[in-house]
Amino acid sequence: MNIEVTVNGRRKRFDVEPNTLLLNLLRDGLYLKGAKYGCGIGECGACTVHLDGEAVLSCMILAVEADGRRVDTIEGLADGDELDPIQEAFIEEGAIQCGFCTPGFIMAAKALLNENPYPSEGEIREYLKGNMCRCTGYVNIVKAVQSAAQKARE
Amino acid sequence: MDINRFNTHIVPIRFDYHAPKSLEEAVGLLAEYGEEAQILAGGTDLIPKIKQRILEPKHVIDLKAIPELACIEETPDGAKIGALTKLRTIELSPLINKKLPVLGEAARAIGSVQIRNRGTIGGNLCNASPCADTATALMVLDAVALVDSVEGKREVPIGEFFDGRGQTIVAPNEMLKELIVPLLPEGTGSAFVKVGWTTFDIATVNVAVALRLDDEKVADCRIALGACSPAPFRVRRAEEALKGKELTGEALEEAAQIVSEHIEPRERWRRAPPEYRRKTSKVLALEALTGAAEEARRLAK
Repeated sequence: MNIEVTVNGRRKRFDVEPNTLLLNLLRDGLYLKGAKYGCGIGECGACTVHLDGEAVLSCMILAVEADGRRVDTIEGLADGDELDPIQEAFIEEGAIQCGFCTPGFIMAAKALLNENPYPSEGEIREYLKGNMCRCTGYVNIVKAVQSAAQKARE
Repeated sequence: MDINRFNTHIVPIRFDYHAPKSLEEAVGLLAEYGEEAQILAGGTDLIPKIKQRILEPKHVIDLKAIPELACIEETPDGAKIGALTKLRTIELSPLINKKLPVLGEAARAIGSVQIRNRGTIGGNLCNASPCADTATALMVLDAVALVDSVEGKREVPIGEFFDGRGQTIVAPNEMLKELIVPLLPEGTGSAFVKVGWTTFDIATVNVAVALRLDDEKVADCRIALGACSPAPFRVRRAEEALKGKELTGEALEEAAQIVSEHIEPRERWRRAPPEYRRKTSKVLALEALTGAAEEARRLAK
């Protein structure tokens, strides 16, 4: 099936099978390897991308469902060499250990701060509860989101 | 599920994908493909089920291109909620949170933000899980499901929507179109309480309560219990036991006890043994009853 998707601001055409997952189109079709395949059933959040600005799980969405819509991945977050404030904060706060969950966490955090620039710690933890960090580095991840929110306010 | 038994990296079957643009087109496709088709709403249940080959549809009918299915509309006596309305939309809706807060609470209790950004209220119901959080809330609201097909529309009270054998009454050629949700009578307090393995897991037990007071006496009471029998249900015995009684801790505890005596969990259910559900349903019922009673008291002032 022919579909047209705007990925990280660029409009692209694809010919996909109906059973192609959005995650696999991004990773195998576009070599955007940021979003990760973790559990495949919506429990880990590693495949989080934005669909029309909303955080969603790309391992449970068919590529055809993205036809005519906008998909944003971690690769589109930086502006050239300039990292997004959330990416900066993850580095500064040591919120990255093995790094596997990081793109999912950052995309979820990005959606949170777009919706709510002043989240409390509780709101951050609630919003990010669908993302798993198997290194269990949650404290620094929450700190990083707090620090990114703080910087955005300054 | 045991993710090591399946390759959840891919969708392991081939199907034809249809994206009807109107209701007429959608029911037409259902009439044509019925048994071989599955409706795709948010996909948060359907895609994992296909990955595990629990479902192997030859046709997938995606309803997201039909805008009229995804809206919340205020009516004189309540709200109409389209089946394709996302759980996140319900959770954030000012109308729902003001007029039907128990439904907002139930929607908010489901999964993660990522799940609720895709998952729909219709999908939550049509997946036919006894744990469906919105079903328990809709039961105390006495909601009515509007089911559509080429043969015409029919209205089904939410209490009759599940057949008690892991299915809904929606036939293969039918689809859930919308939910008609009446307002609770003025002064009614409500509450939704849930417990799962983690805060974003599906419910091990969930309870919804609506309760109205008339001077410190319970004028009306509705209690629904989920995940404790093959389908969520209203616990009429407990409701009757509480009606007309003075609102005391003992009366609420007695009703909660009756709730826990009416569960019918299955031994093979993985998430918890029956004994856990028996004990937990009493605790959660008491919590929901207390919460609803407190709100009813506040509203009475």
